[in-house]
Amino acid sequence: MSNTAKTLVIASAVAAAVSGAATTATAQAKEKCYGVSLAGQNDCAAGPGTTCAGTSTVDYQGNAWTLVDAGTCADIELPKTADGADRKGSLEPLERDLPA
Amino acid sequence: MLDNALRSNRLPAAPGVGYKPQHFSQILEHAKPVEWLEIHAENYMGDGGRPLAQLRHLSEQFPISVHGVGLSIGGETPLDPDHLARLKHLVGWLNPASFSEHLAWSTHDSHFLNDLLPLPYTDATLTRVCDHIDQVQGVVGRQMLLENPSSYLAFEESTWSEPDFLREITRRTGCGLLLDVNNVFVSATNLDFSPQGYIDAYPLDKVGEIHLGGHDEDEDDHGHPLLIDSHGREVVDPVWALLDYVLDKSGPKPVLIEWDTDVPDWPILRAEAERAKSALDKIPA
Amino acid sequence: MNVSQTTFHDALLDANKSIPGGLVDAQANAAGRRFSVYRNNVAVSLTEAMHQAFPVIAKLLGSQNMDGLAGIFLRQHPPTSPLMMFYGDEFPAFLEGMEQLSHLGYLPDVARLELALRRAYHAADCQPIDPEALSVPPEDLMRAKLTLAPAATALRSEWPVHAIWLFNTEDGAPKPEAGAQDVLITRPEYDPAPQLLPQGGAAWIARVQNGQNIGEAFEATMAETPEFDLGTTLALLLQGGAITSVTIERLDT
Repeated sequence: MSNTAKTLVIASAVAAAVSGAATTATAQAKEKCYGVSLAGQNDCAAGPGTTCAGTSTVDYQGNAWTLVDAGTCADIELPKTADGADRKGSLEPLERDLPA
Repeated sequence: MLDNALRSNRLPAAPGVGYKPQHFSQILEHAKPVEWLEIHAENYMGDGGRPLAQLRHLSEQFPISVHGVGLSIGGETPLDPDHLARLKHLVGWLNPASFSEHLAWSTHDSHFLNDLLPLPYTDATLTRVCDHIDQVQGVVGRQMLLENPSSYLAFEESTWSEPDFLREITRRTGCGLLLDVNNVFVSATNLDFSPQGYIDAYPLDKVGEIHLGGHDEDEDDHGHPLLIDSHGREVVDPVWALLDYVLDKSGPKPVLIEWDTDVPDWPILRAEAERAKSALDKIPA
Repeated sequence: MNVSQTTFHDALLDANKSIPGGLVDAQANAAGRRFSVYRNNVAVSLTEAMHQAFPVIAKLLGSQNMDGLAGIFLRQHPPTSPLMMFYGDEFPAFLEGMEQLSHLGYLPDVARLELALRRAYHAADCQPIDPEALSVPPEDLMRAKLTLAPAATALRSEWPVHAIWLFNTEDGAPKPEAGAQDVLITRPEYDPAPQLLPQGGAAWIARVQNGQNIGEAFEATMAETPEFDLGTTLALLLQGGAITSVTIERLDT
């Protein structure tokens, strides 16, 4: 691509982005939204906080863990694109991988 | 030793609650009888976003108490200078009505354990804790309140009682105290002492704030009751009774309801604050 | 017997270690279960923190698997700061190293996306530019350098991480289909949002963040990804309030 052609491609891309953004900005009412999280009342996006409370819940074992079938990854089937190997994203316990 | 000018606890002798973001709108609509809010310092040490926006807004309407959870004042290792700087920054811009921390440790070997861990009450601990409090009050530039822990066990090596230990800390550093009445009840049950006896020995004139919270019930290996400071339910009747005992001796104080796990809807938390208000209202003038 | 915090700390994180002597009840019996209260407080609070920090990973794996993984993770990587909101930096690499999860190759990148969303949530506030600041002559545009908001992050994955994230956060979102995805995280006002970028978008944004001007970044990205769509990438940045300044270098004449 020549410099002139490149300049034109960029200029038209930027112009389109700017006009698109202007429309969006006017369409959305500018509301000070720090009170209510879009994600809902509990606002998971904040992540964990500190605690000064104890718990009577007993800890899970800690050092040993074996994958059990659960969760949504059983519904997702994704062959890895990079190496083309057809691996399924299902949750089958891999006995051979269990730590001794 | 703290300069007199740095003593500045401005919390009202009224009910407060630990602030939870899910209550933001309802607090603004219907706070009564809650007159002030407490935050955990560490949760407001991000660079920006909703937590700080909410806090700025709330601080225009309510006195705020900054309650640190992560300083590790009882730690054997030096205080984290980065964390001290963050605390100085927060207290600097917010100018809270009160600033408090715990008689506990939580950081070791650069690991932060997210729990308040216990200390032996020895001369060595006393020296270390006082040095750290001097350092904190120096950096932050104001008096701090120190909170008594919930104890699940004791150290054989301890040579001080907890009330005497706390009194000596206030004498050496000029810090004030945050009296957690539920913690007194939990520790007294777990370690077989009289909660009223503890209060009798405790320097109530140094108290700038009172905490109340719910606890869970468990047992140790010998079937002895083991109460756990879970902050996950209503304050129990014997703890309300102990609050009456304290207020009768101390006079009116700021009283905070802590509810940190299984956080209830706002009306339930408000009802706890109402009960704290009743306790405050019945103190003879 | 004196108990050092080193001894206490080591026994807290390793339940196979014996409970330190010198810790007792009121009758001078060994502490036993009483010490376990602290073990539980640490392990349970950090496990809960991992659930809150990585809700999509927890949903993908299921709660029980997340508990088990968190139990291992928290002992290998306890927090190094009291700012729990940033806990879990090492989790993507940790997931990469878990043999039992090697058939779920997308998990580390999903964890990276969740980390970026959390960082965006707590990132510094800033004033985005008026999009009109980009309405300048084409030659100036080529030399323009952009500063992006602290909340803005672009991620490139060999996996459809945006689709996986949507599938686990929005009712009725379609099943992810294989394919690499670039994702842009911005925080318009207070809520971070992941947006699907055109192919090459993350590479172009990384170049701009490293100080290349629009023209240089465009050229380098087109060389790798001829179908790169600059207009859509820029529009997403502008809509997300992610551009905070435009600097146009003057040519020496």
